[in-house]
Amino acid sequence: MRNKFKALAIASVVGVLALSGCSSAGGSGDDKTINLVGFAVPEAANDAIADKFAETDAGDGARLSGSYGASGDQSRKVADTNGKDVDYVHFSLEGDVTRLVDAGLVAEDWNKGPNKGIVSSSIAVIAVEKGNPLGIKDWSDLTRKDVKVITADPASSGAARWNVLALYTYAKSQGKTEAEADAYLKQVFGNVVTWAASGREATEAFKKGVGNVLITYENEAILAKQNGEELDYIVPDHSFLIENPGAVLKDADSIATDWLDFVLSDEGQKEFVKKGFRPVGDVDISGIEVQGANDPANPFPVPSSLDTIADLGGWPAVSDEWFGKDGKKLRFDKLYDAATKK
Amino acid sequence: MTNVIAPPAGPARTRRPSGGLFRLSTASGIGLGIGLVWFSVLVLLPLSAVVGAAAAGGWSAFAGTLTDPQTFAALRLTVVEAVLVTVVNAVIGTIVAWVLVRDDFVGKRLLDVVIDIPFALPTIVAGLVLLSLYGPDSPVGFNIVNTRTGIFLALLFVTLPFVVRTVQPVLLEIEVEAEEAAASLGASRFTTFRRVILPSLVPAITAGSSLGFARAISEFGSLVLISGNTPYQTEVASLKILKFLEGDNQAGAAAVAVLLLLVAVVVIVALDILSRRVARRA
Repeated sequence: MRNKFKALAIASVVGVLALSGCSSAGGSGDDKTINLVGFAVPEAANDAIADKFAETDAGDGARLSGSYGASGDQSRKVADTNGKDVDYVHFSLEGDVTRLVDAGLVAEDWNKGPNKGIVSSSIAVIAVEKGNPLGIKDWSDLTRKDVKVITADPASSGAARWNVLALYTYAKSQGKTEAEADAYLKQVFGNVVTWAASGREATEAFKKGVGNVLITYENEAILAKQNGEELDYIVPDHSFLIENPGAVLKDADSIATDWLDFVLSDEGQKEFVKKGFRPVGDVDISGIEVQGANDPANPFPVPSSLDTIADLGGWPAVSDEWFGKDGKKLRFDKLYDAATKK
Repeated sequence: MTNVIAPPAGPARTRRPSGGLFRLSTASGIGLGIGLVWFSVLVLLPLSAVVGAAAAGGWSAFAGTLTDPQTFAALRLTVVEAVLVTVVNAVIGTIVAWVLVRDDFVGKRLLDVVIDIPFALPTIVAGLVLLSLYGPDSPVGFNIVNTRTGIFLALLFVTLPFVVRTVQPVLLEIEVEAEEAAASLGASRFTTFRRVILPSLVPAITAGSSLGFARAISEFGSLVLISGNTPYQTEVASLKILKFLEGDNQAGAAAVAVLLLLVAVVVIVALDILSRRVARRA
């Protein structure tokens, strides 16, 4: 017994040493390793792109070492550690890259290229129970009495802000005034049964049957179906374009720039497409079957009305109007407060 | 914290020869040094950082955060639930420990192991388990998701082992002779329990309760899936902290953290005083 314990102790010490050895190797400025810090959703796609990248001349011998988590957390972590051992970031919201620009870690012109800093995109969709028993058609159904909505909480998950903007622009697309749009948002918020801490947790709660409608992203719904989950999703006539930024840090190894170029190339984007993301830029995706999409051969139907963040004046303007920082309560915060107060 | 858990019913501490700090032997000097450095680095530094972050926003920001109705509702819910859970645990945990020590039954060893599972499970897994058990697909037809009852059950689940595991060893040490003596002097079983057994158990019960309370006010993982996180209704303080951080409001997050810290300290001290009183009276 004692010998066994000893063996176990030695094994765990060796294991810890091995692990710490690995991590220091990853951060030793090895110029063939791309250290990525990103939000959780595109992990599988990034890994697939890395495999393809390693086959190119520029990426010969390259290795991707990824750290994934909630977008805001990840961004704050990079800023707090001054970008140590980070080459490339892939976040859910522009503001998470802007934080690094403000910290002097990412060049000011990171979003001046043809893709405007965006590396992956998707749209907001409504996920429903298999077979859509409630007959949900679009965003207007979310105010119905029999609907129990699950969404990630914009207060705890920056990515959920896309959901709020989808609802808001839907109301506006119906010709509603600002006050009527607020009333609509409040009604939907009142129907929310679970404000999940992150998009993943929202999906998790939905899978357990907690609510019957989930506001989510198309790629998240497709991924869930690829994984065999019992759900359907609806692409409403109106939706909002979700654009996830990516950027190379100033002090990154040169291979990181080649990596970003490859991510934006047709070949890179096709890997995103296979995981359910919409391609950024003009990419011919005919011939790619996207498993899990409603129609794998034509996976990305274009909603008749699709708003973008640019239509609303860009993220800085939207953040200043909607989402309070430093404890200030802005438009979203007030609606959220009013809708949940009893 | 350590002085709370130290086996209180043990023999009186052997007194060190007087002489104070400067007469320590080399070994105990090194021990004391390591202990202090360890404690400072692991506990005092982070704590002062939190307090510093809360103070950085100034008093008005601190007060403003805590008096915001949404934040206040979250804090009240958290503290009230934690107190209720602690009271239930103190009673039920003692009973469970009693059963495990004094009674013999089939499956006792198994139960003894199973008690620790809430400890061993990563809390997010605990949340998933509870969601499956008490969610809409519940096999027992019991749906408490997104309710305060759900939060209560989840907290009971994750804090159950604390009182059991602190009371159990003390109960094992208690000599049956004292009970027999009490019985032979004509004390009823209830009186024996109240006057002989309970006083020696109280320090252990309060120690376990303090740990459980501290865990309950800070619990996050198991609640995040089951509570629904709706402000004013089922939002707990730990989630409020997460939301503040996401909104780049570090001072707000630190303010809530400092308040939770103060509440924890007050409760732990109160329980410690209670346990000393009872021990003295016994």
